[in-house]
Amino acid sequence: MRAIGRFLSARWLAVYAVAYMIFLYAPVILLPLFAFNDATIVAFPLAGFTTKWFGLLWTIEALHGAVRNSAIVAISTAVISTLLGACAARAAQSYRFPLKRGIVGFIMLPLVLPEIIVAVALLVMLVQLGLSLSLWTVIAGHVLICTPFSIAILSSAFAGLDDSLEEASFDLGESRWGTFRRVTLPLIMPGVVSSLLITFTISLDEFIIAFFLTGTDVTLPVYIWSQLRFPTKLPSVMALGTILLALSVCLLIVAEWFRRRAARRQGLESSSTRGLV
Amino acid sequence: MDDANHQPIIEIRDVVKSFGSVKALKGINADIREGEFFSLLGPSGCGKTTLLRLIAGFEQTTSGTIAIAGQSMKDIPANKRPTNMVFQSYAIFPHLNVAENVGYGLVRKKISKADMTAEVEKALSMVDLAGYGQRAAHELSGGQRQRVALARALVMRPKVILLDEPLSALDKKLRDQMQQELRSLQKSLGITFILVTHDQEEALIMSDRIAVIFDGQIAQLASPEELYRRPVSRKIASFIGVMNFLEAEATGATDTHFTIRVPALGEVEIARRDAPAGLQAGQINVVGVRPEMFTIVSDGTGSFARTATGTVISTDYYGDMTYYSVALPGAADPVTISMRNTAGRSIARDGSEVTVGWGADSIVLLE
Repeated sequence: MRAIGRFLSARWLAVYAVAYMIFLYAPVILLPLFAFNDATIVAFPLAGFTTKWFGLLWTIEALHGAVRNSAIVAISTAVISTLLGACAARAAQSYRFPLKRGIVGFIMLPLVLPEIIVAVALLVMLVQLGLSLSLWTVIAGHVLICTPFSIAILSSAFAGLDDSLEEASFDLGESRWGTFRRVTLPLIMPGVVSSLLITFTISLDEFIIAFFLTGTDVTLPVYIWSQLRFPTKLPSVMALGTILLALSVCLLIVAEWFRRRAARRQGLESSSTRGLV
Repeated sequence: MDDANHQPIIEIRDVVKSFGSVKALKGINADIREGEFFSLLGPSGCGKTTLLRLIAGFEQTTSGTIAIAGQSMKDIPANKRPTNMVFQSYAIFPHLNVAENVGYGLVRKKISKADMTAEVEKALSMVDLAGYGQRAAHELSGGQRQRVALARALVMRPKVILLDEPLSALDKKLRDQMQQELRSLQKSLGITFILVTHDQEEALIMSDRIAVIFDGQIAQLASPEELYRRPVSRKIASFIGVMNFLEAEATGATDTHFTIRVPALGEVEIARRDAPAGLQAGQINVVGVRPEMFTIVSDGTGSFARTATGTVISTDYYGDMTYYSVALPGAADPVTISMRNTAGRSIARDGSEVTVGWGADSIVLLE
């Protein structure tokens, strides 16, 4: 039994791991490959090296608008859902109130609801209310789906917080708000940062809700989708994708560096981002 | 201590605290004197920590009042009370260094930076941590964390310092040392300390007075010596140190004395004032004797007027002390006798017959 196990782990697990990595990352590798390929048609064999597709991106006005819209939506969504998430996580952590489990469950529900359902429902409601579609409606939709992630991340940040720290601050004459600012916030900061980054990323690449709820101002995913109808635009979309990919990787590295630095400085292993990042 | 000159710094009146349907405190009354080292002693779950948290202001009383320095603490939150707490977990802020931790409460006091640095340094040197200001919180050992927590409380110059089992996380040797240091610091500063502990030895060593709390009520409030010498009930007697319990009955009672017959020992007269208040002759069915209140008389009867003869069942040798288990005729269980292994004293062997000396003041009447 143990010999079989050793054989498995020695050989087949390695094969499995390699196959898994190829399956996972090969399509992603194609993106930069074709982004630098000197041909309009996305196909092998490669035709030569060029950076013209990247240069092309600078000249498209509509793209710049989409990037700006996405930035507005993603930043707003990250800030609002992290704020709401912090309040909800704190309430769920430290207060007892009737129907708490039910209420928390309902807040977490958008995590598993099909996005298309949420998008259609929101659209119907907004139309009923007579509100015009804009970036704000997209932000509202994104906050709805991002807040559960914030709650999940920040709940574990609050759970790692020793209650007696806040009591000690209060005992030393600090007010409730001062205690939050001087003790609670610095200690949950790694959780806050990772909540901001994750909700920012979710909002940035969210398509369905943005597609349904956006007015004339499209976000980046919606813009990319619209460009896919034109085969000649494909290489520049690839170039755009390459930039986004590089940005995401940088963001992740920054997030992880920040988390580790915070954990090291406090001399404790922060669990705030474990399981999600 | 001259009690008459000491106005109580804390007055606790009929304090009841319920958590839902559970009554954690069932009517506590106590006066804590200014400048004393007061301990709340009891097994875990007895309500001693709850009482401390009520004094600190982390919990609100269900009924009853707590006054500090003559002022009712009703509706006064923890951050406005003249008390500071040393937490069981120490609650050192992990994101701040030692000096920032100690100076935490001073920031709100709007004093100059220079004054603050001086205050912090002074507090740190009080707890023997001078020069540790720039250390990060996670670089500190358990004992150092404890000192930082204490300095952080001292720097606020509170009227009362509350200590929630502050030594329970330390190893034995460090704990002994910290007990001495805490005690001498308290004496030199003259600040009232209230200590919560489940360790009876710790309470005896450190306190001026001890409130023993069982099941949400004060079972006895007394000085360490009185508590040890004259515990009022069997439960307290067995909680504080070791006590032998012997069957007994009252054969007579006058206005001033009880006459008690202890089958294993004989008859003895005990003054009523040494008995628990309100004890009736008919209620007496057991007496207590501390192990050190017996003496194994090695050469004949010695100078003891009262003796009994028994057989050594077993001996436990502790180096400085030997604990004997001795069967006495008329006693249901063997009694424990502790003897200091002084020069020239031989250790009685198991099975040997010994003469046990005792005095009238060895006997403790219990409820």
